[in-house]
Amino acid sequence: MRFPAHLKYTKDHEWMNLQGKVATVGITDHAQSALGDIVYVDLPKVGRELKAGDTFGVVESIKAVSDLYAPAAGKVLEVNSALTADPAQINREPHAGAWMIKLELASEPAGLMDSAAYEAYCATLK
Amino acid sequence: MTSLKRTALYDEHARLGGRLIDFGGWELPVQYTGVMDEHLACRKSAGLFDVSHMGEVHVEGPDAEAFLNDLLTNNVSRVAVGQAQYSAMCYDHGGCVDDLIIYRRAADRFLVVVNASNDDKDFAWMRGVHSRKGYRCSLSHESANYSQLAVQGPRAAEILQTLTSTPLAPIKTYWFAEGHVCGDIPAILARTGYTGEDGFEVYVPWQSGPAVWRALIEAGQPLGLKPCGLGARDTLRLEMKYPLYGHELGENIHPLDAGLAWVTKLDKPNDFVGKQALLAARAAGLRRTLVGLKMLERGIPRQGYAVFDAAGVSQVGEVTSGTQSPSLGQAIAVAFVPPEHAAAGTRLTIDIRGTRVPAEVVSTPFYKRS
Repeated sequence: MRFPAHLKYTKDHEWMNLQGKVATVGITDHAQSALGDIVYVDLPKVGRELKAGDTFGVVESIKAVSDLYAPAAGKVLEVNSALTADPAQINREPHAGAWMIKLELASEPAGLMDSAAYEAYCATLK
Repeated sequence: MTSLKRTALYDEHARLGGRLIDFGGWELPVQYTGVMDEHLACRKSAGLFDVSHMGEVHVEGPDAEAFLNDLLTNNVSRVAVGQAQYSAMCYDHGGCVDDLIIYRRAADRFLVVVNASNDDKDFAWMRGVHSRKGYRCSLSHESANYSQLAVQGPRAAEILQTLTSTPLAPIKTYWFAEGHVCGDIPAILARTGYTGEDGFEVYVPWQSGPAVWRALIEAGQPLGLKPCGLGARDTLRLEMKYPLYGHELGENIHPLDAGLAWVTKLDKPNDFVGKQALLAARAAGLRRTLVGLKMLERGIPRQGYAVFDAAGVSQVGEVTSGTQSPSLGQAIAVAFVPPEHAAAGTRLTIDIRGTRVPAEVVSTPFYKRS
């Protein structure tokens, strides 16, 4: 299980890579592993305004449907629409190629964990 | 909180990295390496499933056949010694207590195998029906005494044959033989299954489960056999449109609605439990039937999703099971709809999180063996 140090994490198992005012968002290695084979993803439209904790999309494994939650408030700048055709990329490279959305942040993100805290949090879920 | 029951194979599952879940009170692996991978291994080579959680009942005595004929919808008199038969077990009102398989081990001796989640309910129901008349047969609940392993797939027979001197080739589908595996372990070797593939269900004494499991893995792995969890078991059965209790079957679903008319012998002479209700239902006409659907646009249908007409205006039914089919690479569903919407080619829509996504009724099974 990988927990890249340059990312911030939520309890809902999204990661966020903050560069200036723009945050790239995806789901974590832990999340993709728990879901199993991902076969479907729904992502929002560019321009949508999200509040922190809003549902911005859905991922489905063969067995289950899971909502995706915005880790911070902001406007959707870009969507990784290639995932729609190849949702399994989320299993293969959750922290890199399978990013989901880029958000223009409306405010400073709050309540996110660093990689050590998130790894410790995941350990409590076992 | 009640603790989960474990099969004799619990340690094997843990060692293989199985992801354990609560399945009807049993701690069982939903997957080892991944549902897709396991599913395709079973279709291409072989899959090995621990199905020891299934329930077993022995019915023995001179009236065993008569009792089962009264209890079940199928015609038990047509089952020869060494043969198996699929059947439904109904309430008096026609709803399903369960679906099950009987194995005739002698003229007066049957093994009845029921769903794990219904095991105790089924045995209680069987005892109740047994008490209605003075049947000269005994019922004994044997679930704790059996491990059941399913080895399924095109190479299953070849793999199982390395463990037993009983010739498997002559055993036809839905027949079985009694013999031994791994030396002197007594086994029922049944050519039955829940995947749509050729294969066997092997019944051995509870404590022998791990030895037989390990032997099957050892013999099968070089040929591509993989241990398979409940996830693959579900997608494999769904590609065949085999019903699953709690989805296509239930106490308020009668077997004629669920596509089980082929095992519901309303013309058999005895008055089996549920027969009067089923005759009345047939006379009144079917209100709903199970159809296979494939999605025409993106979206995965799931149990409970509403089915609408093609225009997306009127609800006509409900999804009972749905998934992304690993073999077809296509989202599929089984749904209850009225007969007028059941013809292959009929366009319908399914409400997926508020969007009416187009679907089409298709002939089943979804997956056809090449």
